[in-house]
Amino acid sequence: MEFTHLGAMAEALFSLLTVGSLMLAFVMLGSRWLKDYMYAFAAQSWLIAALSACVAYYGDFHELYGVALLTAVFRGVLLPYMILHILRRLKVRRELLGYMRPSSSLVFGAFLVILALGVAVHITGALGLAGSNVIVLALTVMLSMKLIGFLMLIVRHEAVSQILGLLVLENGIFLGSQILVPGMPMMIELVILFDLLVAVACFGVLVRYLMVHVGSTSSRHMKRLTG
Amino acid sequence: MTDTLLILLLGTTLPAPLAIVLVMIDRNPRHVGMINLIASLTTLVFALPLPFVVGDGSPQWLEGYLFIDALGAWVMLCVSVVYALSSIYALGYMTLDGEPERLPGFYALFAAFAETMLLAPLVNNLGAYWIAIELTTLVSTFLVGFERGAESIEAAWKYIIIVSAGISLSLLGTILLYWAGSMEAGPTYNLTWETLAELAPRMDPTLLRLGFLLLLVGYGTKVGLAPMHTWLPDAHSEGPTPVSAMLSGALLNTAMLGIVRPLHAMDHAGQGSVAHGVLIVIGLFSLTIAALFIISQRHVKRLMAYSSVEHMGIIALGFGFGGAAGIAGALYHMLNHSIAKPLMFFGAGNAMKRYGTSDMNRLRGLRHAFPATIWLWLAGAVAITGAPPFGLFRSEWHILVAGIHGEYRFAVILMLVLLIVIFIGFLNHFRLMIYDGKALPEPTGPVPGFACRLPMWPAAAALLILGLWWPQGLQTLFNHIIDGFR
Repeated sequence: MEFTHLGAMAEALFSLLTVGSLMLAFVMLGSRWLKDYMYAFAAQSWLIAALSACVAYYGDFHELYGVALLTAVFRGVLLPYMILHILRRLKVRRELLGYMRPSSSLVFGAFLVILALGVAVHITGALGLAGSNVIVLALTVMLSMKLIGFLMLIVRHEAVSQILGLLVLENGIFLGSQILVPGMPMMIELVILFDLLVAVACFGVLVRYLMVHVGSTSSRHMKRLTG
Repeated sequence: MTDTLLILLLGTTLPAPLAIVLVMIDRNPRHVGMINLIASLTTLVFALPLPFVVGDGSPQWLEGYLFIDALGAWVMLCVSVVYALSSIYALGYMTLDGEPERLPGFYALFAAFAETMLLAPLVNNLGAYWIAIELTTLVSTFLVGFERGAESIEAAWKYIIIVSAGISLSLLGTILLYWAGSMEAGPTYNLTWETLAELAPRMDPTLLRLGFLLLLVGYGTKVGLAPMHTWLPDAHSEGPTPVSAMLSGALLNTAMLGIVRPLHAMDHAGQGSVAHGVLIVIGLFSLTIAALFIISQRHVKRLMAYSSVEHMGIIALGFGFGGAAGIAGALYHMLNHSIAKPLMFFGAGNAMKRYGTSDMNRLRGLRHAFPATIWLWLAGAVAITGAPPFGLFRSEWHILVAGIHGEYRFAVILMLVLLIVIFIGFLNHFRLMIYDGKALPEPTGPVPGFACRLPMWPAAAALLILGLWWPQGLQTLFNHIIDGFR
């Protein structure tokens, strides 16, 4: 089942939610304050949860209501809470010296979106789905959030920013998978959600060790291991 | 038949979780090492016959999410060999540091790490396999950072960030492949390795290629294929030595499955040339990077780590060249590498502890410090550089032959040149460490105990036996796996 023939309302909703998520990725890219970064991530997760619910409603995939709920609870509340907790303990408020100024990284991010659009148009063209706006949009946003996530991992070096960068990578995949493969077995999606939670718990512990044993949470100071 | 199989399978997968429970209950630093050792030896005993018992059926459990095939069983065998050797070694090595109160935690994590690697080959679903591989990362991160020095924590951080970012690409690849398949199979189906191979010929070629390449880059990060290998030398060199051996000997093979299994689907779909071509290029690039860093290396464990990059490159080349000889060579190489690399790490770990440094410029006169085991270590070095009469020579020879048969002359020549460069570079370090007469103060570190030397003997012996004798049973097994690839 593909979302090729949708009502105007559904199409508008899907587009709104995907574009909204992409916008929030740019908010993250442009912000220096780690807290804003984190709130943007939480908002993005809520949008993705809403998207799951919409797909569940319009596509009759009832399991997706469960996924929507869990996305909202795990990624929208629990993960941000844990990250906030880490932030409070670290007393790091902002990214001081990124490798790229936020303004330049915004421009760079825009180029990445164009690249993603190119790839998405190519793929949908090959599949004969070029007429379906929702599919093209979902692919574009999935790929561009992936690329933006990688960009964040490259230009940011605070430990917490890197965790958030990874989470954006996976948010992109989540968003795309809701529209492209809404029927993907429920179990997998649940376990992936859970897995993320475990991952962030691990990160939390590691960040603490970083602070204690390396004396900094910036990857700029990780220069001992080379060659 | 299935009953025997089930018993063997349970015997392989249950001891490690049981060991975790017992270790957590007992918490006595003097017992936990033994508990883990017994679990690992039991695992090995049950895993040894496993690949030979698996028939054609590939029985499935849990609605098809778990299955066993000869290839998976073979990787489980490699994992359990490394697990057993490292558990013996850990008994001696982990007591050298003091801090006995941290041992229960170490062994619980160690057994958990082994368990995740024993389960991953059994997973029959692309998404679930991704989760299994992610689990291996989560558990092993804490083992890499176990020593809690600034370097270990840095290595652990790099490891989890680079590998998580890398394998998120394979998740993307999995989603794209599922999407491509859903146009044929409907929105909800179980994307097993077998379904993937069945659906692949009817999938859109662009999407299939994209999906495969994303899987290759993603799991390639975990396998340590260059240029995605950057976490590997750090993690391998900074973890405690038994962990280094497990990472290198067991984990890399487990992740390699994530590339080899979809390769089969690409062959099925007639897209094999792209897949094999990319594997060969990445394999050669890994060999090149390894050669450059091996020559200029000063850190003894990083030397071993780059040697792992080299061997993963060789295995990628074996599967890339393909054909009966290439696949058999690559499979044989997996086992040989799983035996040789622990041996190399054990020797390196002993030297590091005794001399209190990892700098090879200060590791001199080793033949006086380790009168007996130094020769085992040297034999391991000769073996791992692919010289006869050891097992790795045989497997590399098969891979080279496969390349010549497969009309990849240029790749074969380049591979040979790089192997020779690595041979010279690697053994030169050993020449200096063993024979150089530079006067240095006597080593003052703790003398590694019996358990640190013991596992080197069976490993060296096994390498020699596998070099002189390619058992008929193995050839039958390999033929069986190769048939599965057709």
